[in-house]
Amino acid sequence: MSEYRIQGATGEWEVVIGLEVHAQITSKAKLFSGAATDFGAEPNSQVSLVDAAMPGMLPVLNGECVRQAVRTGMAIEAQINAWSRFDRKNYFYADLPQGYQISQLYHPIVGEGRLMISLDEKDADAETKEIGIERIHIEQDAGKLMHDQHPTQSYVDLNRSGVALMEIVSKPDMRSPAEAGAYVKKLRSILRYVGSCDGNMEEGSMRADVNVSVRKPGDAFGTRTETKNVNSVRYVMQTIEIEANRQVDVLEAGGTIVQETRLFDPDKNETRSMRSKEDAHDYRYFPDPDLLPLVLDDQFLADCRASLPELPDAKRRRYEGDLGLTAYAAAVLTAEAETARWFEALMEACGDQAMAKAASNWLISDLFGALNRLGMDIEDSPVSPAQGAELLKLVADGTLSGSLAKQVFEIMLETGDDPAKIVEEKGLKQTSDTGAIESVIAGILDANAEKVAQYKDGKEALFGFFVGQTMKAMQGKANPQVVNELLKKALA
Amino acid sequence: MSVDTATVKKIASLARIAMSDADAEAMVPELNNILGWIEQLGEVDTSQVQPMTAVIPNTLRLRDDVVTDGNVRDKVLANAPRAEHGFFAVPKVIE
Amino acid sequence: MSSTELTDLGIAAIRDGVRDGSFSAREVAQGFIDRVASAKALNAFLVETPDHALKAADAADAARVSGDLKSMSGVPIGMKDLFCTEGVTTTAASHILGNFVPTYESTVSANLWAAGAGMLGKLNLDQFAMGSSNETSAFGNVISPWRRKDGSNAPLAPGGSSGGSASAIAARLCPAATGTDTGGSIRQPAAFVGISGIKPTYGRCSRWGTVAFASSLDQAGPMARDVRDCAIMLGAMAGFDAKDSTSLELPVPDWDAGLSSNLKGKRIGIPKEYRVDGMPAEIDALWEQGIAFLKDAGAVVVEVSLPHTKYALPAYYIIAPAEASSNLARYDGVRYGLRDLPEGAGLQDMYAATRAAGFGPEVKRRIMIGTYVLSAGFYDAYYTQAQKVRTLISQDFDKAWESCDILLAPTAPSAAFALGEKQADPLAMYLNDVFTVPASLAGLPAMSVPGGLDGQGLPLGLQIIGKALDEQGVLNAGLAIEERAGFTARAAQWW
Ligand SMILES: [Mg+2]
Ligand SMILES: [Zn+2]
Repeated sequence: MSEYRIQGATGEWEVVIGLEVHAQITSKAKLFSGAATDFGAEPNSQVSLVDAAMPGMLPVLNGECVRQAVRTGMAIEAQINAWSRFDRKNYFYADLPQGYQISQLYHPIVGEGRLMISLDEKDADAETKEIGIERIHIEQDAGKLMHDQHPTQSYVDLNRSGVALMEIVSKPDMRSPAEAGAYVKKLRSILRYVGSCDGNMEEGSMRADVNVSVRKPGDAFGTRTETKNVNSVRYVMQTIEIEANRQVDVLEAGGTIVQETRLFDPDKNETRSMRSKEDAHDYRYFPDPDLLPLVLDDQFLADCRASLPELPDAKRRRYEGDLGLTAYAAAVLTAEAETARWFEALMEACGDQAMAKAASNWLISDLFGALNRLGMDIEDSPVSPAQGAELLKLVADGTLSGSLAKQVFEIMLETGDDPAKIVEEKGLKQTSDTGAIESVIAGILDANAEKVAQYKDGKEALFGFFVGQTMKAMQGKANPQVVNELLKKALA
Repeated sequence: MSVDTATVKKIASLARIAMSDADAEAMVPELNNILGWIEQLGEVDTSQVQPMTAVIPNTLRLRDDVVTDGNVRDKVLANAPRAEHGFFAVPKVIE
Repeated sequence: MSSTELTDLGIAAIRDGVRDGSFSAREVAQGFIDRVASAKALNAFLVETPDHALKAADAADAARVSGDLKSMSGVPIGMKDLFCTEGVTTTAASHILGNFVPTYESTVSANLWAAGAGMLGKLNLDQFAMGSSNETSAFGNVISPWRRKDGSNAPLAPGGSSGGSASAIAARLCPAATGTDTGGSIRQPAAFVGISGIKPTYGRCSRWGTVAFASSLDQAGPMARDVRDCAIMLGAMAGFDAKDSTSLELPVPDWDAGLSSNLKGKRIGIPKEYRVDGMPAEIDALWEQGIAFLKDAGAVVVEVSLPHTKYALPAYYIIAPAEASSNLARYDGVRYGLRDLPEGAGLQDMYAATRAAGFGPEVKRRIMIGTYVLSAGFYDAYYTQAQKVRTLISQDFDKAWESCDILLAPTAPSAAFALGEKQADPLAMYLNDVFTVPASLAGLPAMSVPGGLDGQGLPLGLQIIGKALDEQGVLNAGLAIEERAGFTARAAQWW
C-alpha cells in the first residue's frame, strides 16, 4: 500500500494503528437480561432490575448474541473458541450499575482472524492488504450520563446498560488513516452482510477506540495512546492524523509519549487526555462467578456456519466472473449488503442472467443517481426491484428506447406506478412502425430540400440533423435504429 | 508480601472506601496478619492443576432472544436517593 | 393445645396438626407472633411481619377446608434478612442498604410462600453474611438463648452468619428459618444452638434475589429443629430457576418421603486431617460418639484422607473476599440505599464517602483483602492459585468417594463462644470455619445435627458431608444420629 509518512523536522515518521471496534450485536433483548434494546426509548424504560444491578440480580446469557458473535468470527475466518468464559472488569462509574462490566478477557469467544482491505474498493487494480484481527469478545455496554440537563447534576439513563457488544480488536497492522478508514468500512460491510450489527455509527451501534503510535521507519513500536469512542469513519481518520502529528511534535521536542486514554474533539479538531478516568486503571479482572463456562457444541457451530450469507469478496468475484460485470460495477454492487440484496432481487425479477450488465448499469447510474438526488437509501427506494426489472425488460424487448425509459423512470419515482401502466397511460411506447416513420421522414425531407441537397453534396454531418428532426416529430417514440435505417434509405 | 499504609490507602481508593490515615495505619497489621496466613497457599504445587471454573461441573444455558423484561421504570427508580425526570441524578460529572 | 405447646412444634407437626384439624394455622401463627414480640432481648428479628404470617395462616386454614394443603401450609417461618422480600425492608444487616425496600421477591422466599409458608419477620445476621458470630451486624449482636452452666451469664454468640435464624429457632420464636451458607453460615450457627441445618449442593437453591456475598459459594438452606423438618423445607426452597445461570436443571427429590435412618451398606468416611491440633477433647469425644451412632445404624466406618484440608481456609479467604469485593461494588449510593454526599463532593467522592459510612469494619476488611488479591500483579499468585487449590480440594473429595459414601466430622472446633471473645482477632474468628469451608469450596451438600452437650451444657454439632446431589444420603445419616443422640436439651428461657 501507499506509504504514508509524517514529515518531521528530524525526518520521516511511520504511523502504527490498531483499532478496537465496539459493535452492537443485533438482538431484541439485552446480553444478560430480557429488557429491550430499541434505540431512542424513554429514559430508564428499557431497564430490568438486572440492568440496574439491584441486590441479588443475576445475569443469564442471550443465545442470539453468542450466535451472532460466532457468525461474525466465521465471516473473518477466525478461530472460534468452543470453550470461552466471561470475566468481570471492575471500575466505578455512574453509568456502570454493577461496578463491573461483564466482558471476556482471558478466554474470548473468537480468536485470530483476518480482513482484506483495499484502498480503493472500486478499482480492481488497487492494492489490497490483509489486516490481522486479534480477537472478538462479547461484553455489555454501559448506560449513558447526561451532563447538560441540570446545573449541578448529571443524569443517568440505563437503557443501554447491558446491551450486547462485540469488541473486535485488530492487530497493529494499519499504517495510514486511509487504511484505517478502509478497515472500518470493510468491517462494517461484513457485519451488515452477516446481520450481526446494523453498523449505524450515528446511533452509536459502532464506535472505535483508536490506538496510535509513531516510529522512525524500521524502529520498534513506539508508545501508543488510545483515543476512545470515535464514531465515524471520517473521525477515525482525522483522529489518527491529528494524534500522530501530535506525537511527532512531542517526540521531536524531546518529550515522551504517555500511554493514556484520550478523547477526540471534532469541534476543536484535537485529541486530549482523559486523565479523569485514568486514576482507576486497575480493573481487577476475574472470572464472573455468576456465570459458567460457555461451551459450544458442534451442532451449534455447524448451524452458525450454515447460516452465513455469501460475503462481499466472494460475491464480488462471482459478479465479475459469472455475471461478467466490470470490476468497478461488482465493487459498487457488493460494497453494501443492502445494495447487493437489491441487485440480486432485481436479477431474480429479470429472470435472465444475460440482463446483468443492463441491470447493473441501470442500478448504478439511474437508480443511485435518483436516490442521491432524493437523499434516500436503497432500502427506502420508491421503485421496487420488481418494477425495475419490468422497466429493464421493456427496454430489452424494444418497447422503450433509452431516453423513453428515463422518462418512464422519472414518473415511476414520482408516482410509484408500474412502468407498463405508465407506458400505457402516457402512450410512451416506442414505435417501429416503418410506414409511420417513413411518412414523417418524407415530410421532413420535403421541408428541408436545401439541406438534403447539401447532404447529397457530401455534407454527411447533416445526417444527425435529420435524425433529430424525425425523433422530435415523433415525440421521441420512434425506434432510433429504425429511424436510422429508413433515413439512410430515403437519402440514398 | 506485606502492605504498608500507602498500599492500604491505594487499595481503599481502588475500592472507593474513604479512609483516614489513622484508619489505614490501623489496618496495616490486620491485613498483613491475614495476608501472611493466606500466603501458605504458595506451598502447594499446582503446576499441573487447572483452576476451578464451575463448582458443580456445568456449562451455561442460553436464553432465547425475547423481550421479557424492562418497562418497569417505577420499580427501577423506587429506591433511588435522587431521581429526576425519569433519571437517576448524581453530582455533576466533568468528563 | 396451649400456645406454648404450639410454639414447641416443628414443621411436620404443624403441617400434620393443621391438616388433621387439631389446631388452626392462625392459632399457630399467633402463638409465634407473640413469642417473637416478647423476645426483643435476643435481637434476632430486624423486622417483624405478623400480617404476612397471618395471611398465610388464613390461606392455610382455607386450604384445609378446600383440601389443597401444600407441604408447608400454615408454617410460619423466619427469613434471613439476606433474601429480598417484596415490600419488606431488606438490609443484609448493613447500613449501606439504607431503607431499601425490594420491588421483587427472591426465588427462595417465593418458593416458600408458594408452598404455603408465611413470614414472621426478617432475621438478623452478620453484615452481608460476613462473620461467624453475628457480631458484624449493623443492628447489634444477636444473643444466643443458651448460657453456660458456670453461672457467668455471659451472652453467647449464636454463631454466624445465620445467627438470627439460629437464635430464633432455638428460642422457639419460629419453627424454622432460612439460612445461607457461604463457608459454614448455616452449619456453624446450627451447631452452636443445638438445631439442624443443611446446605444443599451448590445450585440446588436459586441465588436470584438473595443479596450476594460470594457467588461461587453462596447457597441457601433450611434451619430447623430436626432432620425431617429440614427435608421438608429444603424441598420447598429448592428447584431449578432459569434466572440463575448456576441453578441446577434437575428435579427436586422428595427428601421427606425418602428419609430412612437405616444405614446398612453405607460406608462412612472419617477424614483424618480433620483431627486438628488443639482440638478440645470434648469435640473429639463427640466425634467418636457420632461414629458409634452411625455404626449402630448399620454403617461401616473407614478412615479417609483429604490431604489439602489445611489449605481450604486460606483458599476460602482469598476467593470469598475477591468475589465479595466485586459483588459489593454496586452499593454506591446511585440507585438505592445510603448516599453520603459531603459538601461539594464529586461522584467518586460520593462513592468513597457512602461506602465508608455504609459498610461495617468486617465488610470493609474483606473488600480490602478482595481488592488487594485481585489487583494488578497479584491476581495469579492469590486468586488463580486459590482456584487451583480449590480444584485439589474438590479432587480430594472425589477420591474419598471411592471408599466411602458420606463423611462425618465435627461442625465447629468449639462450642459457642462468648460475644466479644474473638472479635479482636479476625484470624481467630476465621479459623472457626475450618471444618465447614472445605465442603463449601467443593459445592457439596453438608448438614449439622446436634450431637450432645459440652461440659458447660452447650450444644455441639456433628457435620455430615455428602456427594454432590446426595442430600438424601446426608439427611439419612443426620436422621440416624438424631435418633440415637436423643438431643432434647433446650435453653432455659431468660429473655
Ligand atoms: Mg478499548
Ligand atoms: Zn470493550
